[in-house]
Amino acid sequence: MLRMQEIWKTFNAGTVNEKTALSGLSLELQEGDFVTVIGGNGAGKSTMLNAVAGVWPVDEGKIYIDNMDVTRLAEHRRAKYLGRVFQDPMTGTAANMQIQENLALALRRGKKRFLGIGITRSEREMYKEKLQTLELGLEDRMTSKVGLLSGGQRQALTLLMATLKKPRLLLLDEHTAALDPKTAAKVLEATDRIVGQDHLTTLMITHNMKDAIAHGNRLIMMHEGRVIYDVSGDEKKRLKVSDLLAKFEQASGSEFANDRMMLA
Amino acid sequence: MEIVKLLNMLPGAVAQGLIWGIMAIGVYVTYKVLDFADLTVDGTMTAGGAVCVVMLLRGHSVGEALFLSFLAGMLAGLVTGLFHTVMGIPPILAGILTQLGLYSVNLRIMGGKANQSLGMGNYDILVSLRWIKDVPFYQNTIFVTAIFVAMIIGVLYWFFGTETGCAIRATGSNPNMSRAQGINTNLCKIMGLMLSNGIVALGSGLYAQYQGFADVNMGRGAIVIGLAAVIIGQVTFGRIRGNFAFKMLTVAFGAIIYYLVMQVVIWLGMDPNDLKLLSALVVAVFLSIPYLKSKYFTKPVRKGGASRA
Repeated sequence: MLRMQEIWKTFNAGTVNEKTALSGLSLELQEGDFVTVIGGNGAGKSTMLNAVAGVWPVDEGKIYIDNMDVTRLAEHRRAKYLGRVFQDPMTGTAANMQIQENLALALRRGKKRFLGIGITRSEREMYKEKLQTLELGLEDRMTSKVGLLSGGQRQALTLLMATLKKPRLLLLDEHTAALDPKTAAKVLEATDRIVGQDHLTTLMITHNMKDAIAHGNRLIMMHEGRVIYDVSGDEKKRLKVSDLLAKFEQASGSEFANDRMMLA
Repeated sequence: MEIVKLLNMLPGAVAQGLIWGIMAIGVYVTYKVLDFADLTVDGTMTAGGAVCVVMLLRGHSVGEALFLSFLAGMLAGLVTGLFHTVMGIPPILAGILTQLGLYSVNLRIMGGKANQSLGMGNYDILVSLRWIKDVPFYQNTIFVTAIFVAMIIGVLYWFFGTETGCAIRATGSNPNMSRAQGINTNLCKIMGLMLSNGIVALGSGLYAQYQGFADVNMGRGAIVIGLAAVIIGQVTFGRIRGNFAFKMLTVAFGAIIYYLVMQVVIWLGMDPNDLKLLSALVVAVFLSIPYLKSKYFTKPVRKGGASRA
């Protein structure tokens, strides 16, 4: 469904800050795969997601969605196939627009926008029902500005927006990392429910190894810009955090000892 | 300092303020909706008037003249938009470049002269400083301009409720999110800049009619007056909750207040040459208020408070 072939990306090439973020990354996702992605800081997890989303052009390699070459497709055109939730709750929503207006923007993802009305009456009803499923009381605040919501509420809303128009691929970039544990659990629960209901193909970055094992049907570990461990099915179900730590130490040596993944 | 003299000056100030209010609504579109500080308007505020006057001198109707003013403004906005989106020039610099280039363009529009006057000729115009008092109300400049303001606000209110208008608002609010939702943010920025500068040029066309001439310097400092109107409107009426149309109306009122205050200052005996200095300082103070407030008068924010609301 998604195929990445030998992707290379170097930031600040030719300067002292040169950083090769992706070095020959290859990955293939099957329809309906729910893949959790782990790896240390600078392993290239977010860079991989941004490469898929087309935030900037990659240096080398090819990206296919449904066998269509999207390598050179602009970010806003690629959005047609993608639902995205970001780490920073501020990123995924327009703060000074209403909740329902944000949803209306999301519903029109991948559609040409002309002078049709920005949000119709029947849409509002639909949004109300969808917001009810989040159980955050947002259905009664549809005309509130999103900027008034808490981080958790905004993440839940962003998740809803990302999946309102069923995407071919859902990209979750540590979308619970900035939330308190209780809220994070709630947003993760909603993620599982929505992904399960719509059978969405999903890439979810997390720095929490327990979450990485508990969610999805497949787990990949990244290090220095490529996938170093890929496990799925029963083998993944039997994984323990200690197995992952061992795997990681084997790959990266002692540097891992300082990594924040240890905290998970 | 006779109070009668001041009272006699006020209707003119209201008329001028309203015309600048149209211009300020254009500034509002870029500055507030698109979050783009567009300095093109200093050039556009001349271009619209120049086009309008030259068209009238050549015997075209006032409708045609204003329409072409609007188009000229859109063109200026397009240039700034292309500078910014295609060539990657930062917003403020892109606007300054267009503004500078427009100076030459404006001189060319006016046939190489620094100003073009409608003189005493009997042109078919809509507004004039001679039509403030002692004319039937439908000919009164304040009335005619108010209708323009109402129509522009109406059209903008409708437009920013459409899919395209919502996309432009989203682009101004959060460009990253907009692209993730499939919005072509570059196109939206260009459209917003064109719309804004079109409105500014329309205001400029009316202003040239009002004063009876177009001058190559008539737009100097226009951005400051526009910002002053936006900010004064916001500060004066900010506590009243209102929809988008109301917010644009407060901008027009802001421009009127600005001109009334200027008129009072002149009446008090201030040298008109010092007015621009005063405007700059007033706008600087008002622009700094949000920053200073957050720095020195921050109340503890409740959990879930809105940092960017």
